Amino acid sequence: MKNALRSYWKTNLTYLAILLGIWFITSFLISIVFVDYLNNFRIGGFMLGFWFAQQGSIYIFVILIFVYVWLMNKLDRKFDVDEK
Amino acid sequence: MDVQAWTYLLVGITFAIYIGIAFWSKAVSTKDFYVAGGGVPPLANGMATAADWMSAASFISMAGLISFMGYDGTVYLIGWTGGYVLLALLLAPYLRKFGKFTVPDFIGDRYHSNVARTVAVICALFVSFTYVAGQMRGVGVVFSRFLEVDINLGVIIGMAIVFFYAVLGGMKGITYTQVAQYCILIFAYMVPAIFISIQLTGVWIPQWGFGSTIAGDEGIYLLDKLDDLHRELGFAEYTSGSKNTIDVLFITAALMIGTAGLPHVIVRFFTVPRVRDARISAGYALLFIAILYTTAPAIAAFARTNLINTVREKPYSDVPKWFTKWEETGLITFTDKNDDGRIQYVAEEDKNELFIDRDIMVLANPEIARLPNWVIALVAAGGLAAALSTAAGLLLVISTAVSHDLIKKQINPNISERAELMWARLSATVAVIIAGLFGIYPPDYVAAVVALAFGLAAASFFPAIILGIFYKKMNRQGAVTGMIVGLLFTLGYIIYFKFMGGAEDDWFFGISPEGIGTVGMFLNLLVALTINRFTPEPPDEIQQIVEEIRYPRGLKMD
Repeated sequence: MKNALRSYWKTNLTYLAILLGIWFITSFLISIVFVDYLNNFRIGGFMLGFWFAQQGSIYIFVILIFVYVWLMNKLDRKFDVDEK
Repeated sequence: MDVQAWTYLLVGITFAIYIGIAFWSKAVSTKDFYVAGGGVPPLANGMATAADWMSAASFISMAGLISFMGYDGTVYLIGWTGGYVLLALLLAPYLRKFGKFTVPDFIGDRYHSNVARTVAVICALFVSFTYVAGQMRGVGVVFSRFLEVDINLGVIIGMAIVFFYAVLGGMKGITYTQVAQYCILIFAYMVPAIFISIQLTGVWIPQWGFGSTIAGDEGIYLLDKLDDLHRELGFAEYTSGSKNTIDVLFITAALMIGTAGLPHVIVRFFTVPRVRDARISAGYALLFIAILYTTAPAIAAFARTNLINTVREKPYSDVPKWFTKWEETGLITFTDKNDDGRIQYVAEEDKNELFIDRDIMVLANPEIARLPNWVIALVAAGGLAAALSTAAGLLLVISTAVSHDLIKKQINPNISERAELMWARLSATVAVIIAGLFGIYPPDYVAAVVALAFGLAAASFFPAIILGIFYKKMNRQGAVTGMIVGLLFTLGYIIYFKFMGGAEDDWFFGISPEGIGTVGMFLNLLVALTINRFTPEPPDEIQQIVEEIRYPRGLKMD
């Protein structure tokens, strides 16, 4: 039982590391540090960096949370710690 | 009907809804009052959280700020949404599993210390009062501009409404009013945005529209046009930034971490029945918030374009009616420096003749775009919904901090349920009155102290909660010292540079007071972990609590 729970927690931490890694890259690197470089590219009327800063990053945040919810609900069931 | 009649009608209807909900959802137990009985469905909690979070600042000021800052306004957009990722992944599910009523509850129990609890209560009170002052002022401002009543009367009406549903219904009343308020505010925000997007670009989705070509001028993109106008008038390009990158990084981080540490947002996740509901309602909350936050930069760009086109080099005698109307309030001023009777709006200070307050961009936007009267009135109702919903959430944090964390948990643990509920209502009442006084006699440092609210939340709560969940061996000595050091450092830095005239050149690595909360957070972590190494481990039963909150279903560890 204890080992199972430990591996549940470890998997959870792995998910967090990956999702928060994407969060960090989107918000700090793409939207701020490399914004000028990305502004060399365009999508429609937007410069790419500007679009990420004022639109894209927010969409990615929403997606990250829903992916997390989906992953965790699956994990809860797998380790039988889900709420009945 | 004229604007004023429409405004009375729409504001009247929305207020009637709020009062109706107050009577329907009267709280009968402390659990009702603190966490709405713990039975709020996740979708409703998502809406309530969105309304709770989006304040007068988000609704009224943010698009205006971005409008004048261009790319630099990104710190608010990313900072105030990215924090929800932290909240959803690192805090909400575990705090729900812990299953108490308040943030100081968690800190006090996890670190089995009333000192920790009291430090948390002080932070919660400080952050919430700072925030609520701005909300009541916002209520007064909307009332006075749209209904031409005295600003103070506006504040008093706002107080009366909040009093009704917050004091009667507690969290239960607040939750369902916030659901209604979310619907009202998002409708009020989107309608003018869609209208203006169609007018300017022919596209009805604003998020799409501000990246499209200008209607009637195919081939020229709106944002390119705006950059051109900016260059022409000598402003920095709209789509590029002028702040230093390090500062932008630290401000963004401070806003994000502060968002995740704000007590009135965190408590919303105590109101859902299960851990999985806490997770998904954080997702819904950010989705609902994102609708407004992705529209705001579109409104900002539209408003900026419209504004420049309306005033640039226009004879003063030809200005539209909204211009004169806002001039009367002092929020637009025109001084004809070169006496040519025309408006010169340029970057250069000696030649610029126009001053425009950033806060009026959203409120004046429908008038600038010549939208129908009912749309203008709708914006007033939306602004009130945004301000009132946030104020109510904050008042609840204040009242529970007093009745639960101070009285029940420390002064008189044997207090009866009925007496505790009475204290909760009493402290909510006192808090409403204090908030109202802040609205009537606004301290002129309100804008400056908002930085303080986020900085303090980031530097105090966030590390203590994260360590409490993710580091089983974190002990009380480390956590408490960390909180105090983070708090004092951040407070000291902000006070020195905001109120005692500290010079910008002396900023620590060029980090502004708005961004210093991030440094405070790292300092908190560093101190907490160092002290933790040299002091004894927390007792077994505490480590057991930490073990418990990590798994959604209750555990038997034998």
